Amino acid sequence: MTTSVDIVSEGTDSPYALSHLDALESEAVHIFREVAGEFERPVILFSGGKDSIVMLHLALKAFAPAPVPFSLLHVDTGHNFPEVLEYRDRTVARHGLRLHVASVQEYIDAGKLRERPDGTRNPLQTVPLTEAIQQHRFDAVFGGGRRDEEKARAKERVFSLRDEFSQWDPRRQRPELWQLYNGRHAPGEHVRVFPLSNWTELDVWQYIQREKIELPQIYFAHEREVFKRSGMWLTAGEWGGPKESETPQKRLVRYRTVGDMSCTGAVDSDATTLDAVIAEIAASRLTERGATRADDKLSEAAMEDRKREGYF
Amino acid sequence: MTSPTEQLAEQLSATTLLRFATAGSVDDGKSTLVGRLLHDSKSVLADQLEAVEHASRSRGQETPDLALLTDGLRAEREQGITIDVAYRYFATPRRRFILADTPGHVQYTRNMVTGASTAELAVVLVDARNGVVEQTRRHAAVAALLRVPHVVLAVNKMDLVDYAEPVFAKIAEEFTAYAASLGVPEITAIPISALAGDNVVDPSANMDWYGGPTVLEHLETVPVSHDLTGCHARLPVQYVIRPQTAEHPDYRGYAGQIAAGTFRVGESVTVLPSGRTSKVSGIDLLGRSVDVAWTPQSVTLLLEDDIDVSRGDLIVPSDDAPATTQDIEATVCHVADEPLTVGQRVLLKHTTRTVKAIVKEIPSRLTLDDLSQHPEPGRLVANDIGRVKVRTAEPLALDSYAHSRRTGSFLLIDPADGTTLAAGMAGDAFAAEDKAPAADDEGWDF
Repeated sequence: MTTSVDIVSEGTDSPYALSHLDALESEAVHIFREVAGEFERPVILFSGGKDSIVMLHLALKAFAPAPVPFSLLHVDTGHNFPEVLEYRDRTVARHGLRLHVASVQEYIDAGKLRERPDGTRNPLQTVPLTEAIQQHRFDAVFGGGRRDEEKARAKERVFSLRDEFSQWDPRRQRPELWQLYNGRHAPGEHVRVFPLSNWTELDVWQYIQREKIELPQIYFAHEREVFKRSGMWLTAGEWGGPKESETPQKRLVRYRTVGDMSCTGAVDSDATTLDAVIAEIAASRLTERGATRADDKLSEAAMEDRKREGYF
Repeated sequence: MTSPTEQLAEQLSATTLLRFATAGSVDDGKSTLVGRLLHDSKSVLADQLEAVEHASRSRGQETPDLALLTDGLRAEREQGITIDVAYRYFATPRRRFILADTPGHVQYTRNMVTGASTAELAVVLVDARNGVVEQTRRHAAVAALLRVPHVVLAVNKMDLVDYAEPVFAKIAEEFTAYAASLGVPEITAIPISALAGDNVVDPSANMDWYGGPTVLEHLETVPVSHDLTGCHARLPVQYVIRPQTAEHPDYRGYAGQIAAGTFRVGESVTVLPSGRTSKVSGIDLLGRSVDVAWTPQSVTLLLEDDIDVSRGDLIVPSDDAPATTQDIEATVCHVADEPLTVGQRVLLKHTTRTVKAIVKEIPSRLTLDDLSQHPEPGRLVANDIGRVKVRTAEPLALDSYAHSRRTGSFLLIDPADGTTLAAGMAGDAFAAEDKAPAADDEGWDF
């Protein structure tokens, strides 16, 4: 039963229809430009992972032919993949960007952070991150978080106000209406900004393909020495694996996310091209995080709890 | 039967995007509907389902509680309620969807306003046993206020009324008459059972008297509005791009997302509020030079003359410029816990411009249940919808919300702590009240 009181629309074959990737791109660029217009000292969190690579690509497009008016911040856990660090430095040099590095290892060496018994360094990133934000007085911090990643992130705003301790309070979020982002904050507070909020993992990959964006090679299938821990293939290395009870073996694998070696698992894959990766993800019955992230399995609300503490 | 490869190609070829919102009160089965849409469109992956099954078991529930898919926060799971809008993503071979999943609890109005502000379609749920109730009228009124182009009435729990056609027909008729009187342009009524899965993703065998689409089929095929003919072109300037490099010594571009209509190279344009004029000499569409660009593309406009343009200005066609004003009359939804009062000093954010403003009058508060007006309430509290008159410190070029959701909307912000106080829509409240456009004899006050 359709009652047309007044027809206001036409078919989707309109010449003015935007593809979903164009619509997401346009929205993300709008968010970058809003931040550039409203904040004094924004910074892009850049890990060398695909989401931050797409963020940087969008920022480059948003301000072209001028340079990106933001610097980059990387929280280096000390257990990062060498290929990714190499990619990071090459990218920074190519675009003439400024990179700040907050080092978990330095915090551990200085006795300000203690290694966890399980060897996972991901949760240790929060302190160096929040201190770097305070030290550099960053007032807007771009993160590559997507709402499709995790159920606590589904509740996250595009502009997410954080207090002076970088804490997220899900009950005190500002309603976000239309495309009117409210970035007002008190001194010491800052705003986390998520331009990829409305993107899914598949959108990110399709966009990488369309824009021919280069990625670190660990995203594609390659032979690697790995061992099994908590049901995941972890890369063997000096960071702390394998233990005596764990047996290393060579496998054909690739990574769906790029994080700390101690908590990011590889997936068995023979996808060596973008087409193959996209086909694999589209057919996968596991989410990106469910497949490869140990830190989210710590408890039912692991992500929410870390976000409350200031994690990105 | 299509092969997996063909299915994959189909899935990846879905290129249009529909943003929609759900509205429903506590017990009318909204979580079940959302859960079923996600589940039956195969958007719930194995590890998510496993997590839900695990959580349900540890709570002593025998069957997986699909509401746990959508209740993401600790407090929500502990209390079994939804406390905030969440955004969900799913895709079918025909379309991609962004669903604003709005809770039906106490703070319903501001939550639904938030969800509906970016939605092209709203699904209003009704319990078939109860029919159109106050809450239904409230949801219809919010959809009408926010000018959501398409409204779906999902008459749920048809399984509990023996799938009886007269029950559905009566509710559909009553709702359609009410929503049409508010100016809702298109209403589609669908009889469903979210629990049993009737007419959500798969057509119901229990209601052969219903010949229309399922909820998902309707979501996949509803035309998204792209009719830009007759739209007033508007570009709020977000940022001025000036590389000042050896390669681009004189480049000066005005970056922004086209809020409405189309812009063409060669077109005469006026910059508001200054009123200076020039011509579009070029349009950069994220690195590519184009002759024409349209909403919602993010672009950079280049002008022939070197005139003063900065963030907060509005570029419009010279022959189609809105009047600028410092006195705004609008409908607002109050979204903050602290009230909005007459005489209050606020900030007003309109497109890319934020100005000081003062609340001069609150002429009325709307009772959404029966649309009656409560005169001179003096203040608005959380979830109230009311008419306000605001005086701004600087002139603004506001369209009526009926003409442009983007240039007719604004926020009121608390200057002290930055809290978003209210969401504003300039001009008449409901489409049904729209008068014929006034003769354009006032010009604009520079």
